[in-house]
Amino acid sequence: MLGSTYAMIAIAFTLLLGVLNMFNFAIGEVFMLGAIFGLTFVHMGLPLSVALPLAMICTGIACLVIERFSFKPLRNAPPLVPLVSTIGFSIFFQNVAVNIWGSERAQFPQWMEPINFHIGPVLISSTQLVILAFAVCLMVALDLFIQRTRIGRGMRAVAENLETASILGVDSRLIILMTFFGSGAIAGAGGILFGLSFSIVSPFMGMDPGIKGIASMIVGGMGNVRGAIVGGMFIGIIEVLSVAYIGSSARDFAVYGLVFLALLLRPQGILGVIQPEKERI
Amino acid sequence: MDTVPKEEEALKDTPLLTLKGTYKKFGGLSAVENLSLKISEGYIYGLIGPNGAGKTTIFNLITGVYPCTSGSILLDDVDLTPLKPYRIARLGISRTFQTIRLFPSMSTWEHVLIGQNFLSQSRIGEIFPIRRTQGLALRAQAEEALRILGLWEVRDRKAVTLPYGSQRKVEIARAIAAQPKLLLLDEPSAGMNIRETEELLSVISKIHDLGITILVIEHDMRVVMGVCDHIVVLNFGRKIAEGTPMEIRQNEEVLEAYLGKEE
Amino acid sequence: MSSYQLDLFSSLGINILLALSVYCPMATGQLSIGNAGFMAIGAYVSAMLTVHVHLPLFPSLIIGGIAAAIIGVLFGFPALRLKGIFLAMATLCFGEIVRNFFMNFLQPLTGGAYGFRGIGDVPVSISWIWGWVALSLVFFFFLSRSRLGLALMATHDDETVSELIGINIVFLKVAAFGVGAFIGGVAGGLYAHYYLYIEPEFFNVWESIFIALYVIMGGMLTYWGPVLGASIFTLLPEFLRFLQDWRGAFFGVVIIGLMIARPSGLVTREILRIDFWIPYLKRRKP
Repeated sequence: MLGSTYAMIAIAFTLLLGVLNMFNFAIGEVFMLGAIFGLTFVHMGLPLSVALPLAMICTGIACLVIERFSFKPLRNAPPLVPLVSTIGFSIFFQNVAVNIWGSERAQFPQWMEPINFHIGPVLISSTQLVILAFAVCLMVALDLFIQRTRIGRGMRAVAENLETASILGVDSRLIILMTFFGSGAIAGAGGILFGLSFSIVSPFMGMDPGIKGIASMIVGGMGNVRGAIVGGMFIGIIEVLSVAYIGSSARDFAVYGLVFLALLLRPQGILGVIQPEKERI
Repeated sequence: MDTVPKEEEALKDTPLLTLKGTYKKFGGLSAVENLSLKISEGYIYGLIGPNGAGKTTIFNLITGVYPCTSGSILLDDVDLTPLKPYRIARLGISRTFQTIRLFPSMSTWEHVLIGQNFLSQSRIGEIFPIRRTQGLALRAQAEEALRILGLWEVRDRKAVTLPYGSQRKVEIARAIAAQPKLLLLDEPSAGMNIRETEELLSVISKIHDLGITILVIEHDMRVVMGVCDHIVVLNFGRKIAEGTPMEIRQNEEVLEAYLGKEE
Repeated sequence: MSSYQLDLFSSLGINILLALSVYCPMATGQLSIGNAGFMAIGAYVSAMLTVHVHLPLFPSLIIGGIAAAIIGVLFGFPALRLKGIFLAMATLCFGEIVRNFFMNFLQPLTGGAYGFRGIGDVPVSISWIWGWVALSLVFFFFLSRSRLGLALMATHDDETVSELIGINIVFLKVAAFGVGAFIGGVAGGLYAHYYLYIEPEFFNVWESIFIALYVIMGGMLTYWGPVLGASIFTLLPEFLRFLQDWRGAFFGVVIIGLMIARPSGLVTREILRIDFWIPYLKRRKP
């Protein structure tokens, strides 16, 4: 289902934003690269079970490239600057993908017999359910990882305060690299799952989900993995419902309209916390 | 400065600023409790107390940064509590900040100009200046503010590139450029050495001579005792003492608040 | 001038206006990546006026601009409580809402998703476009030297302190959105009447993002920054024809590189002052 795709992008985005205050606009393109790499590996003859993790590693590396040029040299710049830099990466990745892979849409080969059924006005296939299950497993795994493992704790420490975490012995360089890698891997996984689920792979596939993924995070609650999941599901459901009830052309109108209203009415997001009056004077 | 006779007069003068029963709660925490205060025109008041006593919070309440949980704040009979900060500023209250807050893009001269910005009447006249005379008068006043603080030579330099002591002075210049009735100084001597602190004392004196009422939050007792006519002592958000510097120096509760109870 | 060059310079003029329209809210510290929305409003309103109501060009442009400005002000008020990324996201949503609106509604008048054809017979002349550019630059020139301009700078630097100095930041911020929207609306109207064809797809997110990039890369703190940014982004592709399909990648690299090398943008306040250049001039003296 779409919601889980948005949720995955939202999570990948949230990881970087929550832990490192880094706004990675290119997350949609990393998502796209995941699908493209995955498809390439499948065409090279690799089975899906190998292609998927391999593509995730590739997108993780792509994110490390972003770290090298958009994060590391810009540590002291105002937050707008890394954001613009990642816009540059977004343009770069898209263009490279168009040149190397061509701008036509491609498809993943059929990998399982779909059984279709209806819930209300909505059509769901069993492939989509399997993918949804996989996505949920991935998200749960991430959640556990952050809560239970040493690196996860390191990430939470860095999210609180980078300097203090370093002083306390957290290897911040490693944490930073792992966060970027993890973010890239998750976004890439989202891309492949999306491609499998909806059978569309093109260099432009990342644009729309990218923005909606970012919106999901904002609507769900900033910097908070669970918020990202909730936000993603929320937007996914709105999309599906508006297609069903209003028609596909007005779908985006409804989605963006509702996100807009959500921002105005509840700016901290569904799971977010209202910032107390904290203007330090 | 003979404090005793003046003090009796101060208590009879019409108050410029009055706080009555002011409370400020953040969640469950009381930052300011039942504070009542009368500030009379033309004097220099000191506001002292241990860290966290609520001094800056009071400044924030007066200037409208925080709304009062209850109570009232009156400036010349005008209730400030429902007003937005920019209206309060235009009524004649200016302030400086605990951590220096200058405008990174602007030069010293521009800081003073912007300080008096709202005094300029016509908005269109600013963009397409027709009547030059009002503009000239304001610029003369801006120049005076800089000269009083000894900043005229550095007027074209970007304010944030100046040394710390000068940056403080720019903040003060920006505040007095608005020709306020009341000037609130928040720990102006923080981070200053002895020479700079003495300069500060003379600056405060010159500002006082202009007829501006001053309320200073300070930790440095040289400043407080040296320049204030009247002192208010706060602890845990409450007023624990009030009086002349001489009286406060001998007040036991004050000593306890600062030094802790003697066993 | 060849017709190709004419197109290029008309495009440049419109892009400069668009950049200035984003510069307005940015000057008060509000990042807007939805200005294609204001452009669309101006384009469609002015086109509908000239085609269906047969109004002459000038009033149509103005009304288009005013329509955009009204929406801008309406947006500006709730936008006050959003900061930074939230505001940017809201402007992005706004742009998309406007685009989707013109795609789905008012179809009989505007052709909806199929586009609005035949906006007049003759494209508006390039001197109209540059006339508006000149007017805007004159406006910003006087603004930058006025106390109002100083107030804008203060609001951009530190809102809280500005309020405490007596600056009505609510008015300034909302007005900044409104004026920016007006300029964007006029730019949209000029665009519609130059190319004689518009469709909602033109006013998409990337258009908004590029306009914001002109300003951010050119320099956000002075009005010449957006001019330079728009000029570089419009003209540079012409010199890079040899790169053909790789132009996008090149642009991406340029953006990434520029942010590392010069994060505050190309034009800063210092560069515009003569005393910045004096050390260099002195070295040239014999």
